[in-house]
Amino acid sequence: MQKEYQTITEISGPLVYAEVDEPVGYDEIVEIETPDGDTRRGQVLESTSDYVAIQVFEGTEGIDRSSSVRFLGGTMQMKLTEDLLGRVLSGTGEPIDGGPEIEPDEERPIVGEAINPYSREYPEEFIQTGVSAIDGMNTLVRGQKLPIFSGSGLPHSDLALQIARQATVPEEEAGEDGDGSEFAVIFGAMGITQEEANEFMDDFERTGALERSVVFMNLADDPAVERTVTPRLALTTAEYLAFEKDYHVLVILTDMTNYCEALREIGAAREEVPGRRGYPGYMYTDLAQLYERAGRIEGEEGSVTQIPILTMPGDDDTHPIPDLTGYITEGQIYVDRDLNSQGIEPPIYVLPSLSRLMDDGIGEGLTRADHADVSDQMYAAYAEGEDLRDLVNIVGREALSERDNKYLDFADDFETAFVQQGFRTNRSIDETLDLGWELLSQLPKEELNRIDEELIEQNYVEEETEAIEAEE
Amino acid sequence: MSQARESDVREDGQIESVSGPVVTAIDLDAKMNDVVYVGHEGLMGEVIEIEGNITTIQVYEETSAVSPGEPVESTGAPLSVDLGPGMLDAIYDGVQRPLDVLEEKMGSAFLDRGVDAPGIDLEKTWEFNPEVTEGDDVSPNDVVGIVPETPSIDHKVMVPPDSEGGEVVDVNSGDYTVEDTVVELDSGEEIKMRQEWPVRSQRPADEKQTPDTPLVSGQRILDGLFPLAKGGTAAIPGPFGSGKTVTQHQLAKWADADIVVYVGCGERGNEMTEVIEDFPELEDPTTGNALMDRTCLIANTSNMPVAARESCVYTGITIAEYFRDMGYDVALMADSTSRWAEAMREISSRLEEMPGEEGYPAYLAARLSEFYERAGYFQNINGTEGSVSVIGAVSPPGGDFSEPVTQNTLRIVKTFWALDADLAERRHFPAINWNESYSLYRDQLDPWFEDNVAADWSEQRQWAIDTLDEEDELQEIVQLVGKDALPEDQQLTLEVARYLREAWLQQDAFHPTDTYCEPEKTYSLLGAIKSFNDEAFEALEAGVPVEEITAVDAIPQLNRVGVQDEWEDYVEELEDEIAEQIGELY
Repeated sequence: MQKEYQTITEISGPLVYAEVDEPVGYDEIVEIETPDGDTRRGQVLESTSDYVAIQVFEGTEGIDRSSSVRFLGGTMQMKLTEDLLGRVLSGTGEPIDGGPEIEPDEERPIVGEAINPYSREYPEEFIQTGVSAIDGMNTLVRGQKLPIFSGSGLPHSDLALQIARQATVPEEEAGEDGDGSEFAVIFGAMGITQEEANEFMDDFERTGALERSVVFMNLADDPAVERTVTPRLALTTAEYLAFEKDYHVLVILTDMTNYCEALREIGAAREEVPGRRGYPGYMYTDLAQLYERAGRIEGEEGSVTQIPILTMPGDDDTHPIPDLTGYITEGQIYVDRDLNSQGIEPPIYVLPSLSRLMDDGIGEGLTRADHADVSDQMYAAYAEGEDLRDLVNIVGREALSERDNKYLDFADDFETAFVQQGFRTNRSIDETLDLGWELLSQLPKEELNRIDEELIEQNYVEEETEAIEAEE
Repeated sequence: MSQARESDVREDGQIESVSGPVVTAIDLDAKMNDVVYVGHEGLMGEVIEIEGNITTIQVYEETSAVSPGEPVESTGAPLSVDLGPGMLDAIYDGVQRPLDVLEEKMGSAFLDRGVDAPGIDLEKTWEFNPEVTEGDDVSPNDVVGIVPETPSIDHKVMVPPDSEGGEVVDVNSGDYTVEDTVVELDSGEEIKMRQEWPVRSQRPADEKQTPDTPLVSGQRILDGLFPLAKGGTAAIPGPFGSGKTVTQHQLAKWADADIVVYVGCGERGNEMTEVIEDFPELEDPTTGNALMDRTCLIANTSNMPVAARESCVYTGITIAEYFRDMGYDVALMADSTSRWAEAMREISSRLEEMPGEEGYPAYLAARLSEFYERAGYFQNINGTEGSVSVIGAVSPPGGDFSEPVTQNTLRIVKTFWALDADLAERRHFPAINWNESYSLYRDQLDPWFEDNVAADWSEQRQWAIDTLDEEDELQEIVQLVGKDALPEDQQLTLEVARYLREAWLQQDAFHPTDTYCEPEKTYSLLGAIKSFNDEAFEALEAGVPVEEITAVDAIPQLNRVGVQDEWEDYVEELEDEIAEQIGELY
């Protein structure tokens, strides 16, 4: 089906319409050759018996009505091999690191098929990120999708890098036989600036993380439409490495906001009926088709874990992008502007953050027996302290009871000692939980109503002088 | 789903255009809502619009690489489900294809296209025990025999509702497949264990009655404050992370229904896996059998085709109605109806229909009410009584309850469990806001609770509501002036309300004991808090300062009642201890 047409009738934004006299498959890949001899790739968005609508990845600049259109007779494929590890590719999957061409072992369509829910295995193995606010309070498990909700100008990239650098799975740490599953990181960048890209690459190279990584780079000045392909290439690679080559793959996608903008751009060019704030009505389904590609499969060694990063326009989490994301993903980590301005690193705001899969991924044999209770109690205490802060602003600290003051202190220390750790510190889960006990021991024993009494006896750090009598 | 036979396939049509899940075909001889097979791969779809010679089809599978000119075949029948033994313990996609069979047929963990499978196993034999003998007259929906399907459920084989009925001329007893004839009528009609029913039509029933029995959920805040009736409707709206799914799971696990149909509509794959892995290991608190024996799962996760998501709630409710016809109490959980509404919106926008509010189609309200109206407590046409209770989760964008799906749902349902992000944030679970939620069944159900649990059930509940209301008002003042500025009696009320919230309303879904709380325990725990309240106020009147009262050692133990297995003794001792310790103060 290598027939060539010179039948373009309309060019509008990222779309090209062409007349055809033979049937063309939906989603099929197209090559358009401009009069200058440039080749652009695109994909069929709508196919009818007499015309097709084509979405051009590399931009429609320079295409005119006499350009020729070739249908390649197949949907977009990703070239896959284990040798992709250590490589840097463009947003459309071509090497840009000056290395050799990719010699694929296999090619797969980038529109992944849904995992049969019956074949999935429920994620319940802990991934240690070395970040207390995540490991202790919002634990990440293998096969989870846990996004970072951030805002412009916040250090979400540093957090992502810290996780990419430090993430380990306990069995890897335990150093089982060399054939055990290894950890790999796939980094899909969409519309990030050259500067950010350099920062990422420097860090990857400096720490040696690149060796176990595959990097896809779509930069801010690359065509927006290309961004709709980048995460699919990244996830197809991730599935290959996880379910063919037994890797535990961590996929970091940044920035999903740029991806959604690209979707909106295509929707607008097609004159579709828009949903909320002009984003297409199918954005939920589209995002789900990316996020749901995380998971574990019964009988397979490997796993795909996702950390998508998105910047919330105006720090508003009811904006359609974070909103729809939150409904699909298994929790979220909030990066907070106030904490950032207080110099907390990483500035993770624990209260609205959540890991839905945490309950099954922690506890005896996974992390530690006291994990669930400690984290519950810290949540409750921190929430209470936060509430009291509003009151302090009005009546002052002196007007509050001793009990209230203890909670206020707890909330402060929680931020400055527990959440605050710096982007370079790697804390083990034991260190994180011990730190938790240290903080909780500021509160009187009776206040620890969410912790099993036996655990309190074992772990509570008694203060020598202070009277334990609490005053209500 | 039910299988089309070769002979059913009628005129061929041809694909005219493809755009995502919407395909148009020309020269197709099909009726509205007929199931069609699209393209060389035979992808399943449904006719949703006919205009002149052009038929528009929503396709239940991914349409990549499908091209114009490929054939389209119509089955001439609407989307139907297979009904018969073998549905319990099953897990289906949105068009009733068993996911385990698909895995086997596709040989992969990923869902391929163009593979079809019957909703119930056609080969498996079941033990058929006839309930009729030759010469009996039977009419539609009459039970002709019983199949012991699972340890907890007897599957009743019925005359199909669209049958004429007649005199029984032949009865077979013993092991048969669902396609074998088990009863023959004088009209020549052969009754099999399997029947089909189109998902978009309600199964007939005699009369809808006013429900008067609660669907006991084992959740204190639900049974205690906002009960749902068997045959009732409830909505659980809430922003993400507020615990919709956990609440739905809790209901699926512990509600005292005979049958549970759980529809995972456009939700997370891992959550469905959790259900699949958890349920077989859990015991039904009333019968002691595996929970899975009474459960039918429908899983159409968010990344599975959007058209199948649109149909999955219908598949679910049709299965629920079938069990209702047998005289069972069925509970259907739909998580989430917002995803269903979004699927409608997506298809509607591909059809370029004129949008209503927020891009949803103008028929959104009609579809929602049609669906919820299929719930109810029914007098069946075969004389039995059965019910379908529907509990729909709603996922309002940004947690804003003023959006169309929530609003249209609230107009129909009678129980509203409002989930609250603030409560969830401070880990108060279930995060159901007691000020915003309501149940219009309360008065209807009070007699049941009074007869079966305690005579002063409704009075005690009213006390709890009043105390919580008072706390709400006092909190506003506390926000301004601090707690210590309040008079002593109000400070005490705040303390009592705190225990209502922490010990009574909060419930740990992940604690093996606390996860299920029988109504008696709900009542007794509330009673313990009330008696603490009474003792405390008495002491206050006698001049004991409020700090001394609230510092009593035994009081915080109220928080531990939920996790006690032997709660009767524990509560009794605790009440005595609190009374004694407070008594010592004056």
